[in-house]
Amino acid sequence: MALLSYEGVGKTFPGVVALAGVSFSVAAGEIRALMGENGAGKSTLLKILAGEYHPDSGTVKVDGQARAFAGPRDSAAAGVAIIHQELHLAPDLSVAENLMLGAFPGRGGFVDAKALRAKAAEILQRLGEDIDPDAPVRSLSIGKRQMIEIGKALLRDARVIAFDEPTSSLSARETETLMRIIRDLKAEGRAILYVSHRMEEVFALSDSVTVLRDGRHVVDYLSMGEVDQTKLIAAMAGRTITDIYDYRARPLGEETIAAEALLGPGLRQPVAFAARRGEILGFFGLVGAGRSELFRLLYGAETPTGGRLRVNGKPATFKGPRDAIAAGLALCPEDRKGEGIFPLAAVRENIAVATRNLGSGEAAFLSGGAEARTAQDLIALMRVKTASAETPIGTLSGGNQQKAVIARWLAADSEILLMDEPTRGIDVGARSEIYGHIYRLAEAGKTVLFVSSDMPEVMGVADRIVVMREGAIAGVVDRSEATSELLLRLALPDAAGAAH
Amino acid sequence: MTMGNSNLSFLRRFSAAGPLLMLAVLFVLLSVFVPDFLGLRNMRGLILSVTLVATIAPTMMLVLALREVDLSVGSTTALAGVLCAVVMSSTGSVAAGVLAGLAAGAAVGFVNGFVVARFQVNSLIVTLATMEIVRGLAFLASGGEAVSIPVERFYQLGSGAFLGINYPIWIAVLGFVVFAVVLNRMVFGRNVLAIGGNPEAARLAGVPVNRVRVIVFVLQGLAAGLAGIVLAARITSGQPNTSQGLELAVISACVLGGVSLSGGVATVVGVIVGVLIMGAAQNALNLLDVPTFYQFVVRGGILLAAVLFDRLRQSPGFLKFGTTKA
Repeated sequence: MALLSYEGVGKTFPGVVALAGVSFSVAAGEIRALMGENGAGKSTLLKILAGEYHPDSGTVKVDGQARAFAGPRDSAAAGVAIIHQELHLAPDLSVAENLMLGAFPGRGGFVDAKALRAKAAEILQRLGEDIDPDAPVRSLSIGKRQMIEIGKALLRDARVIAFDEPTSSLSARETETLMRIIRDLKAEGRAILYVSHRMEEVFALSDSVTVLRDGRHVVDYLSMGEVDQTKLIAAMAGRTITDIYDYRARPLGEETIAAEALLGPGLRQPVAFAARRGEILGFFGLVGAGRSELFRLLYGAETPTGGRLRVNGKPATFKGPRDAIAAGLALCPEDRKGEGIFPLAAVRENIAVATRNLGSGEAAFLSGGAEARTAQDLIALMRVKTASAETPIGTLSGGNQQKAVIARWLAADSEILLMDEPTRGIDVGARSEIYGHIYRLAEAGKTVLFVSSDMPEVMGVADRIVVMREGAIAGVVDRSEATSELLLRLALPDAAGAAH
Repeated sequence: MTMGNSNLSFLRRFSAAGPLLMLAVLFVLLSVFVPDFLGLRNMRGLILSVTLVATIAPTMMLVLALREVDLSVGSTTALAGVLCAVVMSSTGSVAAGVLAGLAAGAAVGFVNGFVVARFQVNSLIVTLATMEIVRGLAFLASGGEAVSIPVERFYQLGSGAFLGINYPIWIAVLGFVVFAVVLNRMVFGRNVLAIGGNPEAARLAGVPVNRVRVIVFVLQGLAAGLAGIVLAARITSGQPNTSQGLELAVISACVLGGVSLSGGVATVVGVIVGVLIMGAAQNALNLLDVPTFYQFVVRGGILLAAVLFDRLRQSPGFLKFGTTKA
């Protein structure tokens, strides 16, 4: 009997269809793997199950009953538990307190410490884990902390348990323990939904697999016997590339930026690559593969722990972004709101900020007229849709904010642009405009490095594609050789070995 | 700066006009209900009484716009006055005394700024600590008592006038003019607003974030030092226990004037209006003979109201006015 079923579940965000009519169900005592690239809709499905999002259409049934969760508490009360990648624990409380948080045994507002400890010890024993109930959670490894999250699910006797990439930060031994516990949960007749990118785990653990792509349900393999890695990758990747990219080839010049054996926070192996004038270099990989971290290292926002950087043929060491900017680099960050824009300030201010700090220093007076003219010209050139140059940028749409951030670096005449997910959260119309700007920048002899988790975008726009996997470069693929299968095989943690 | 722009949102119009409206209403109410309020003598007294707050307010505006706060200004004012008096009475030199006061202010500001910028410590706590330390230093330097200033020439700074307007007023006006230019016409001022608006975005856009932070705190220290010197000239001595709670009045004036506590938003005109609101309220309390104990309650209440008003201005429901959908 199906404990959990999605029936025609759809969810749309402004400009993006996150889920379109997804249906599948998980039976009691079944481990169902949920696979798909970044943006395929896995997280949205889990968030709907958790009561964080409400579906626009369709229903979610738990134990045969249609549920419309008002919030996470509602979902928990219905017997659903989600084990997140980021764990939601209070680090300074003890293991026992964390386990029982929100349901402390006691009377009249006083905690019955003895009952608390006993109950916690019982759960820990069921998990077969040697964890001291009195230890503060801060002192535990990530793996052990995850056990506590699972313990919380057990305590509530959750019938449906969803795991969101639970092994991404676990050691091999911790992963084994987790596998064992998940099998126990299955044996107890719970329904398990298991999101992972790791092929080995999926094949070792799950009974069946559901593949999503672009928010659509692609296929269910109801037994692992009828599928292999190649088939799975094809199901995840297969798609047609539309012509919103309108790729234009162009001549390349001399080398502008090169990394040699670069190491730093977020990178697990030395990284080396080079890019040339007029080149558009795409960086593809799964979320957490180290692409944004690499960009921050190149930009001097983090300090490298090893290796060398060469800009325009000369060795470069950046003490901070200011040095990188002086050397001609520019960064359009992924988190536009948090790191890119000054939301309350005018569009003009947002465009002028880098240029002001390039030249004659802070004691300088603003060249008001010139600044306003530059802003006007760039707003026109980039087709930033804004009521005026003095409108606060926070009121603009994401696509127009992005165009203004790019305009900032055009004003500063940067030569090497690092764009981290330049089209994230931007609707299709504005996307193709951004691609047009990227081509124009490259045609003007600039070097564009961009991170994207959107495979068709990387294949559609980049001249070459650097694929990163787990903090290292897994391969560099020329545009002419790029296929979605190849890119995905390079990007997935366990698939690479199988490919060779 | 963008007055007359047809796209000026309701929000911006309101935050520009709000404090001014409040001041106007306050003036009308006070002139009706408080005898002698509108008299020339009282007006002059009112303006003179706000000069202490007004001298420190423009730099506090920068500190708040940076998304920081400085609680040590009252203590710094006292220390600068005491050191000015001590040095002047031992050397007999006005220049040496003034220099000592300014140096003390700059030093306190530098320590505040350096600790905040270098060690990424919350400025509320840093300046809470230095507020105590500096007050202690003021008592230590003075031996716990008022230090009288034997140089009568120096008193001119407090009581003298140019074109019929007292020097302390000139100094405050000059401060507003200088910092209006700094805030609106210089790269430095725009960088302050950028950092306050989004510190990480500012760093990634090449703004020298830490340097700006230190300089702003040094400027704040200098302004508090200057205020202490002028105050010493007015009361002809250096008093270690003066200006307690001054930080509260200055911050209230800034927040009343529309400086956002979450940084990134500030106008000099707003701050001037905020200072006058504080001054008018204090003046009315004095004219009405309200006992000091009640005055504490009223001053705290004004700050609380100003902060709530600031919050209201930023709440998403409020921001929806004037959103341009692209």
